[in-house]
Amino acid sequence: MRRGWFLPVTATLGFAFLYAPIISLVIFSFNESRLVTVWSGFSTKWYGELFADPQMLGAAWLSAQVAFVSATIALVLGTLCAVALVRFKRFRGRTVLAGTVSAPLVMPDVITGLALLLLFVAMEATLGWPAGRGLVTIIIAHSTFCMAYVTVVVQSRLTDLDLSLEEAAMDLGATPVRVFFDITLPIIAPALVSGWLLAFTLSLDDLVIASFVSGPGSSTLPMVIFSKVRLGVSPDVNALATIIIGIVALGVFAATVLQLRSRPKKLRN
Amino acid sequence: MAKKPQLAIDTRPWRDPAAKPFVRIRNVTKKFGDVHAVHDVSLDIYKSELFCLLGGSGSGKSTLLRMLAGFEEPTAGTIEIDGQDMTHVAPYNRPVNMMFQSYALFPHMNVEQNIAYGLKRDHLPKGEIADRVAELLSLVKLSDYGKRKPHQLSGGQRQRVALARALAKRPKLLLLDEPLGALDKKLREETQFELVKIQETLGVTFIVVTHDQEEAMSLATRIGVMNQGEIAMIGEPTDIYEFPNSRFVAGFIGSVNMAEGVVIEDEPDHVRIRSAELGCDIYVDHGVDCAPDQILWWAVRPEKIHLSREAPDNPHDANVTRGLVEEISYLGDMSVYQVLLDSGKRLRVTQTNTVRGNPDSITWDEPVYCTWGGNAGSVLTV
Amino acid sequence: MSSYDIDSPPPRRRAWTGVERALAAVGLSGKALVIAAPAIWLTVFFLVPLAVVFGISLTLKQFGRPPYTPLLTTEEGTVQLTLHLNNYIRLFTDSLYVAAYLNSIKIALISTIIALLIGYPMAYAIARAPERWRNILLMLVILPFWTSFLLRVYALTGFMRGNGVINQVLAVFGIEPLVMMQTDFAVYVGIVYTYLPFMILPLYTNLVKLDGALLEASADLGARPARTFLSITLPLSMPGIIAGSMLVFIPAIGEFVIPSLLGGPSTLMIGRVLWDEFFANTNWPRAAAVAIAMLVAVVVPVMLLQKAQDAVQDSGRTR
Repeated sequence: MRRGWFLPVTATLGFAFLYAPIISLVIFSFNESRLVTVWSGFSTKWYGELFADPQMLGAAWLSAQVAFVSATIALVLGTLCAVALVRFKRFRGRTVLAGTVSAPLVMPDVITGLALLLLFVAMEATLGWPAGRGLVTIIIAHSTFCMAYVTVVVQSRLTDLDLSLEEAAMDLGATPVRVFFDITLPIIAPALVSGWLLAFTLSLDDLVIASFVSGPGSSTLPMVIFSKVRLGVSPDVNALATIIIGIVALGVFAATVLQLRSRPKKLRN
Repeated sequence: MAKKPQLAIDTRPWRDPAAKPFVRIRNVTKKFGDVHAVHDVSLDIYKSELFCLLGGSGSGKSTLLRMLAGFEEPTAGTIEIDGQDMTHVAPYNRPVNMMFQSYALFPHMNVEQNIAYGLKRDHLPKGEIADRVAELLSLVKLSDYGKRKPHQLSGGQRQRVALARALAKRPKLLLLDEPLGALDKKLREETQFELVKIQETLGVTFIVVTHDQEEAMSLATRIGVMNQGEIAMIGEPTDIYEFPNSRFVAGFIGSVNMAEGVVIEDEPDHVRIRSAELGCDIYVDHGVDCAPDQILWWAVRPEKIHLSREAPDNPHDANVTRGLVEEISYLGDMSVYQVLLDSGKRLRVTQTNTVRGNPDSITWDEPVYCTWGGNAGSVLTV
Repeated sequence: MSSYDIDSPPPRRRAWTGVERALAAVGLSGKALVIAAPAIWLTVFFLVPLAVVFGISLTLKQFGRPPYTPLLTTEEGTVQLTLHLNNYIRLFTDSLYVAAYLNSIKIALISTIIALLIGYPMAYAIARAPERWRNILLMLVILPFWTSFLLRVYALTGFMRGNGVINQVLAVFGIEPLVMMQTDFAVYVGIVYTYLPFMILPLYTNLVKLDGALLEASADLGARPARTFLSITLPLSMPGIIAGSMLVFIPAIGEFVIPSLLGGPSTLMIGRVLWDEFFANTNWPRAAAVAIAMLVAVVVPVMLLQKAQDAVQDSGRTR
């Protein structure tokens, strides 16, 4: 097919639109001046300031903990849910489970956050648990909404999985539990990794739900950033953003390279 | 062509009413919702047989195989293997192994690990597993490929790994689902031969599901033809081809000419059928279970009809009809003639090309006589 | 091959692994456990909370802890259930809520259309790019998604503010600075900017599968490129268009961060109204009522739409 000028031009403009704000953000993180939009000389002082800010560091540490634990819980529950939905075609409440697990995908964060907060308050009043809100309640909330994403990712991989592989293992004498650990799990492992990473990122990124269910003294990183950004531009947020973008870019790059390396095998299969 | 196991008559257990079957399928029915995938099938299979279940898609042959493996539970009926009731036994507790159509090789394990998988599940000692794997690899001629992953193998090699893996546990019964289906034609013929050789060497009972009639004919000791969830006929390949029991079986295997007729003479030593379709009488030189005036069908294979220019002897005033050669396909070893009978019906006739470049062979638009023997065709009532 | 003695009994198989035996001992099958764990979690932390929200939406705000009137009161041994419909009545009588709801739909819809107009050619360009370029371009689309959503919105503020990058560039050309921040325009830009990858990915997945022979066949039969696009490419990419649009529209409608950081005080969106009702007014019952109304007016229709869409696609697949 011959190619016109239209597609390359729009694609270029589109990518420019996607990246220009990010690039300017990164550039101005090295700006000397507090005015993030006026260039006054190269400096890394905002990075220094960032690492000297106990509030920021504390929030980052809290967010990392929450994201790690939530992603892990979401991975376990989401995988179980995906297995239930894909492998067990008939059980009571299957449609309810399928509907409920995908509901958080379309549920606005404000509703999820409010609902969980009201639940925690009601539970505390009647059961005495959870006492106050903080790490535990944020983890529960994040696990719940991340689980939906993990389920979707694992579900699509499981659906593609050739059922005769599991049958072959069973035929060779493996009990269902063995089959799961010997055959299913290793084959869907890449999906589990991406599911976990997705959950981790979503948890790390969530502002709204965490704002509802966190208590005093348990502000996550997005909450701290939001309160700073609301007041105006602050260069240490630029520095933080640059670090995050650097990590993500590295991670995505590594993942792409790994994927490209395993590609020829997959094609031949 | 693969060599069929040559068994003397007295070693064919299915001909011995006292023989004990190895696999005994009794009135097995499988319903998926309201659909009968398998309907009231009873079947006996004997030790060391290579039994082929032959049928089109949706005939229920794969469902029957999966019930033998334990992946599906029969809705009704029982399955006995080696005298033990296996109807409700889980697949991992059956002395049965299966070779899957897709081979189902575990992609994350190498060839050795694939073959060893079943042995590990039996908790055999390490040394024994290694010995057994090496033995199997040499059996399927893949000794140098043990460390390869499945995706590094060709289709034929994968097929052999799947076979080795299924044989590793020395099952009493091996189930093979379209074992040659994914191979190309040339490889298929070679592998067919190897498969029979391995089966003969090991003496394992094989049940093979296939939709390929040629494959079934050349592999099987016996064939079970399946149609719409039921067994249409069970028999040795020659029985199935030469003595089909129904119009379905006659039409399903090979090509056939089928004509409708009415019984006009029904004697113990012969039967005469008047067929308007053929424009002549059919004289059958043996007794047939039928009644005068009954409408039935007569089926004859194309190679059982003889073509001639001159009118042949006609002692019974039957089994001769006239027509015009309409079409000839020259296939080298033989030629297929399409003869348009005076009655308007078309007959398919094959003649072996025994003379090289025969200038005198019957050709297009020639009027010919079609003749056949009194024993050439099958009389079918269903 | 003498070692293959079929008369030797096969080694005994272990019927149960330890795990299964332990489960069976307490009368549980592995299957039940696999289903129960996520089902219980979702019931407790997803379904019950929604019921609680509904319950509290029927109470009134009060000062104290918790800041709402109790649903159940015990008076001289009799349990009394008190329900108030005031919150729901307010939703309809106070024009703020209806306006916010309609405005949310408008903003989400317009943003979705803009995202489609930008995303479609991008997805098409990536799908038609040489194979070795495709993965890199795709990675470039996905990359922003993995970085923080909040930080990307923040990046936009630096771009669009009064003395931001855009106005500085404009100043070079002698153009007066534009007011972009705290307008609806900024909200559109924000939504399109943050959700564009969601539009591109499903479109790409669809377009990359488009058989080039179809386009060649169309050209061969005399269609010009524009005609081919309208009668071949566009109809065939409909599932991708719908999927992408849903992925932008659904989160956009309940968006809170973008209107609160980029929009002005007049940018009413329902998510923001709920937030303010809860955090600024500490009116929990009212916030709960807004949530229930959103659930009924936004989430339920979206889920039904998605289900219908799935059904259409399923029937298309079996055909």
